[in-house]
Amino acid sequence: MQKTLNNKAWFMVLPVLFIVALNAIVPLMTVVNYSVQDTFGNNLFFFEGTRWFSEVLASERFHDSLLRQFFFTFTILVIEVPLGVGIALTMPRRGFWSSVCLVLMALPLLIPWNVVGAMWNIYALPDIGLLGYGLNWLGIPFDYTQQPVSAWFTVILMDVWHWTSLVVLLAYAGLRSIDDNYYRAAQIDGASRWAVFRYIQLPKMKHVLTIAILLRFMDSFMIYTEPFVLTGGGPGNATTVLSIDLVKAALGEFNLGVAAAMSIIYFLMTLLVCWLFYTLITQGEKK
Amino acid sequence: MAQITLDKLAHSYLPNPKGEADFALKEIDHVWEDGGAYALLGPSGCGKTTLLNIISGLLVPSRGSILFDQDDITHLAPEQRNIAQVFQFPVVYDTMTVAENLAFPLANRHVAKDEIAKRVAEALEMLDLAGKANRKAQNLTADEKQKISLGRGLVRYDVNAILFDEPLTVIDPHMKWQLRTKLKELHRRFGHTMIYVTHDQTEALTFADKVVVMYEGEVVQIGTPEELFDQPAHTFVGYFIGSPGMNVLSCQVAGNKLRLGAREVELGCSYPQLDGRTEVGIRPEFVRLAPAGQGLPITITRVEDIGRFKIVRALLEGQRFDAVLPEGREVPEGASALVDPARINIYQDSHLVRVQAQGGN
Amino acid sequence: MKHRRWLVPTLYILFLMLPVYWLLNMSFKTTNEILGGFSWFPADFTVDSYVKILTDPTWYMGYVNSIIYVVLNTVISVSFALPAAYAFSRYRFLGDKHLFFWLLTNRMAPPAVFALPFLQLYSAMGLFDTHLAVALSHCLFNIPLAVWILEGFISGVPREIDETAYLDGYSFPRFFTKIFMPLIGSGIGVTAFFCFMFSWVELLLAKTLTSVEAKPIAAVMTRTASTSGYELGLLAAAGVLTIVPGAIVIYFVRNYIAKGFAMGRV
Repeated sequence: MQKTLNNKAWFMVLPVLFIVALNAIVPLMTVVNYSVQDTFGNNLFFFEGTRWFSEVLASERFHDSLLRQFFFTFTILVIEVPLGVGIALTMPRRGFWSSVCLVLMALPLLIPWNVVGAMWNIYALPDIGLLGYGLNWLGIPFDYTQQPVSAWFTVILMDVWHWTSLVVLLAYAGLRSIDDNYYRAAQIDGASRWAVFRYIQLPKMKHVLTIAILLRFMDSFMIYTEPFVLTGGGPGNATTVLSIDLVKAALGEFNLGVAAAMSIIYFLMTLLVCWLFYTLITQGEKK
Repeated sequence: MAQITLDKLAHSYLPNPKGEADFALKEIDHVWEDGGAYALLGPSGCGKTTLLNIISGLLVPSRGSILFDQDDITHLAPEQRNIAQVFQFPVVYDTMTVAENLAFPLANRHVAKDEIAKRVAEALEMLDLAGKANRKAQNLTADEKQKISLGRGLVRYDVNAILFDEPLTVIDPHMKWQLRTKLKELHRRFGHTMIYVTHDQTEALTFADKVVVMYEGEVVQIGTPEELFDQPAHTFVGYFIGSPGMNVLSCQVAGNKLRLGAREVELGCSYPQLDGRTEVGIRPEFVRLAPAGQGLPITITRVEDIGRFKIVRALLEGQRFDAVLPEGREVPEGASALVDPARINIYQDSHLVRVQAQGGN
Repeated sequence: MKHRRWLVPTLYILFLMLPVYWLLNMSFKTTNEILGGFSWFPADFTVDSYVKILTDPTWYMGYVNSIIYVVLNTVISVSFALPAAYAFSRYRFLGDKHLFFWLLTNRMAPPAVFALPFLQLYSAMGLFDTHLAVALSHCLFNIPLAVWILEGFISGVPREIDETAYLDGYSFPRFFTKIFMPLIGSGIGVTAFFCFMFSWVELLLAKTLTSVEAKPIAAVMTRTASTSGYELGLLAAAGVLTIVPGAIVIYFVRNYIAKGFAMGRV
């Protein structure tokens, strides 16, 4: 569709621009401001230049939380994307049962994040939670409040529980857009189940899957509430991902300069990945 | 390639069909010859797609059976029937190249590599796609995509039939003609049994040796284009085929006399006593206009000049009556209509009454 | 293989429902029974926790507050995003692509980064502890999302319709409200659903920007947990009740969810 050039369209965008700018630019400037200054209270600030940045980038603590962050994001992507696609493929394609599936599967997406954390906090307790109790009953020693491995397992399982449905819904939407005749043609051509997936379903899902990966990457990168409520970053610092570390630095230790510098580094990283994906998607649309 | 036998076939989408009206496809009993080009023609909802789906194996008929040569294939799945199908909207495998698309059905059947290469090259050449063999199928035009769909059938030498489901719907008008010619040529060259579903009479009449006209779930006539034109077996066929459609006027028939209101016309042959609704069918092409007094008096309401000929819209004894006037002929003053008795068809309850022809063609 | 297809979704749904069941199970137990040990069913079935939540204003006002700012945010997001999405879909203008990308980046802005500056900003504006503050702050990620979804739906409407309406003498506002909005009705519904969803589940900002008057249910839950000991039964019941509004909303939009995901490119 050919769009017409009309600079007056700016007026239609202005309200959105105003409200988002208020929310994005002013706080961002505040953060940038903090990141280059130091304070000893009393609203006295001293210009510090890039000191906080070099401090953060050199600190082992930041490296560790960044590493944990990447480990977390990578793991949930590797689990949730194939699992989500698999479930979407086996779901009823239409009719009553597909509605039932959709409603039930979408449920975790609408539970407030702290409730998700609280739910799993109890669910995984070794003495009174079904998951913790069950695992111990099976002879697997499990206590996420004490063992880092158990804590990681719980955090990841919780995220899989919480967000796989998003991948399922997106993949399902992609599958729904395939005309039945594609399946008939493939049947007539004698295609195997795998060939149908490889040459019909996967290409049609490519676009929505890119979006799914993008969303899951971004959201998992800024995840805070659920693991905070579940483990508080513990035991020790075992599950302290970036956001948790950030809030600890800013509110817990009132290390504003460090927290701000971390925020900006963090924000730039998300921005970079976001830009990469955006280019990927829009390029894909052009073809 | 195979002969297709439809043995007392009928289908209803309801689990327990009660009366005739519940059937989307009413009983059909026919044999389609090996290597024939058949067109299933009819308006939407006439059951032609149901019939096609039964042949392709997507539907199991409620009653009757379907045979390819001597084999009953009523309950076989589509992939076991060894057929090819071209769909209304082009189906190509987007991520594959043109050549890979054509190789796909063979690779799935584990045909040897060099044999695949040979057949693909052959198909590319036949379909004039050789120059685009390594292009991604996704970026081709609709008619090229339809050629690929067809090609996936052509590479399989042993297909029993190639089915077409309104394949020209999304093709640009000037490409339609080319693609149809290509089809005709391929049919002549390879003699596949082809079944072509369409609601477009031009497509059906130019493509097929035999046209199967369907109406409200019923096959009303199977015949060559000439038969459909000269002797429509049902008034619907008369309306549907030909442009303008056949004139159908209610009348009385007694022996070899046709009574139209106050007028009487001599018929080419004698009819028995007819009960029920009696109608006469006359093709506008077989009406000659003459000055007043020579034939049946008509009142001309409108003349449409459409280039090669003129359509004269008129009333005959208060009923609509069209005539075709060849190019260069003028509409006579106070016209009347002359009709060749051999070209008059008589219908009883919409069905053609056949009597021993006397004269005619 | 074909006959066992239902097994995968069924197992998955079971996996999803077990924690929910556990929450439900606990909400009908007394705190003592919960702490007493593991059991599949409440032995001492009680609805006391629910009664307490639904009769005590400090509890139920939490829900009311949450719903107020969520609805407020949904209304603001959709009504602001509509004209913008129309502009992005129909016109080219100076900097349009950069603007669109910039909007999208805000969908990706981690709330943790913004929590503290937000607190200062909204305090400075005198909006601290109001529903409006939360609703406005949630616009940070909901408006970009709404613009993105709506742009997808609007691009699906042929522009000939716009042109015909202008030829028929409609003014732009009248055309937009009388003709265009009904056409993208399902798109607006889907957008509202997603705004509702993301505003309802977000708590970090909501908690940071409120103290008493507009305190969301999440804050009530955490504060109760720390002040009145660990009343697990009560917390479980409160948790169950936070699921209810979401479940109701999903039920109403169940037929649009998949379509919204596909068209809106969420």
